[in-house]
Amino acid sequence: MSSKLQSSNNIAQARRTVQQLKLEANIERIKVSKASADLMNYCGEHAKYDPLLMGIPASENPFKDKKPCTIL
Amino acid sequence: MCDQTFLAATFGPCDNCSANRPLMNIYLKNEPINYCSLCVELMACQGLAPGETLASLKTESENLKVKLEEERAKLHDVELHQVAEKVEALGQFVMKTRRTLKGHGNKVLCTDWCRDKRRIVSSSQDGKVIVWDAYTTNKEHAVTMPCTWVMACAYAPSGCAIACGGLDNKCSVYPLSLDKNENLAAKKKSVAMHTNYLSACSFTNSDMQILTSSGDGTCALWDVESGQLLQSFHGHTADVLTLDLGPSETSNIFISGGCDKKANVWDMRSGQNIQSFETHDSDINAVKFYPSGDAFASGSDDATCRLFDLRADREVAIYSKESIIFGASSVDFSLSGRLLFAGYNDYTINVWDVLKGTRVAILFGHENRVSTVRVSPDGTAFCSGSWDNTLRIWA
Repeated sequence: MSSKLQSSNNIAQARRTVQQLKLEANIERIKVSKASADLMNYCGEHAKYDPLLMGIPASENPFKDKKPCTIL
Repeated sequence: MCDQTFLAATFGPCDNCSANRPLMNIYLKNEPINYCSLCVELMACQGLAPGETLASLKTESENLKVKLEEERAKLHDVELHQVAEKVEALGQFVMKTRRTLKGHGNKVLCTDWCRDKRRIVSSSQDGKVIVWDAYTTNKEHAVTMPCTWVMACAYAPSGCAIACGGLDNKCSVYPLSLDKNENLAAKKKSVAMHTNYLSACSFTNSDMQILTSSGDGTCALWDVESGQLLQSFHGHTADVLTLDLGPSETSNIFISGGCDKKANVWDMRSGQNIQSFETHDSDINAVKFYPSGDAFASGSDDATCRLFDLRADREVAIYSKESIIFGASSVDFSLSGRLLFAGYNDYTINVWDVLKGTRVAILFGHENRVSTVRVSPDGTAFCSGSWDNTLRIWA
């Protein structure tokens, strides 16, 4: 569901849109290959610290059930 | 999600021509101005260069849009999943419900973790906001809001306060006290005032500022102590449903997504809309920053989740399957950013491999729509809230 707050038929709105598009067209961009490589590197570097990815032993995870201990 | 959005119209004397007419509430340099629609048009026409008409502005904006797409396409040399082919595939994931938090009387709409990694605040359609201890499943605090559909709740970074709001159009902050007999409602502080429902709220790095988004199409930054509006963000043309702050403490940007199918990136200090992404086919229900802050994911009613890179200024991945036809209501990343957890309206949670674009697991358990998914601050578990009135902790 969506509702337009203002119709796009008035001048004020059109001028704002043109200004905004000009700003957006002029920003600095990098290549997708570089951006993807950076994302992959970040994942690689931080993977070992990610408990949901690597899985941590039940004894260290406060949510996992621990094995019952026997009292000798 | 909500049935109806209506424009809050005010009627009264125009600031310019003094005639009693329906007024358009607009902002010039962040100052609210109440002009009637005729005066707004006249004012806009005064600044026009000779030869500029509505038609010429429209063609110029169409040309700019085409140019923007061309610029973006020039740098689109490869797809993310192609670059990620050399990354090891993930193994089987076994994630189970470890805790079920029962206590809400109606649909759970929003949750947030405390930075101490064990407390969770959740809000519901029945007007109740509950603070839980996730390890023991005990309820620590409960507040009854004066409105139903509390769509937004957030935990303060210090852990000493919570913020919530919904159909009351306001965001209220409740300081939490250790005294169990304290009446929380008595200490309530109304911070934000919007002209339509509050859809999302978040504290910035401190307890002192709150960022809110609303069905009135705007986002706003407020000072908690004084309730003053520090900055407002205009640019969406329909309800704003979600927002997320940049993950690093020095970043000054945040993202928002709305019913106009757009995800916008904003500069918090200037109020400027820096970038805008419009590739979804329907309302964007959730946006979340990638842990590095250089990208973000979005979940939408068009049954897809997408990854957008801010520096490449384009969408770099789509997470979808033909078998998934229900909208995604909520997304969150695991700590390393390799996994994307998405809650859907078909009662399931899908876990996606962010780099390869494939689904690694599908989690069943909820008996109604999953409305919110949040990973804990230390990444050991994630919490999901649903319209079946429960929250589940998965690990």
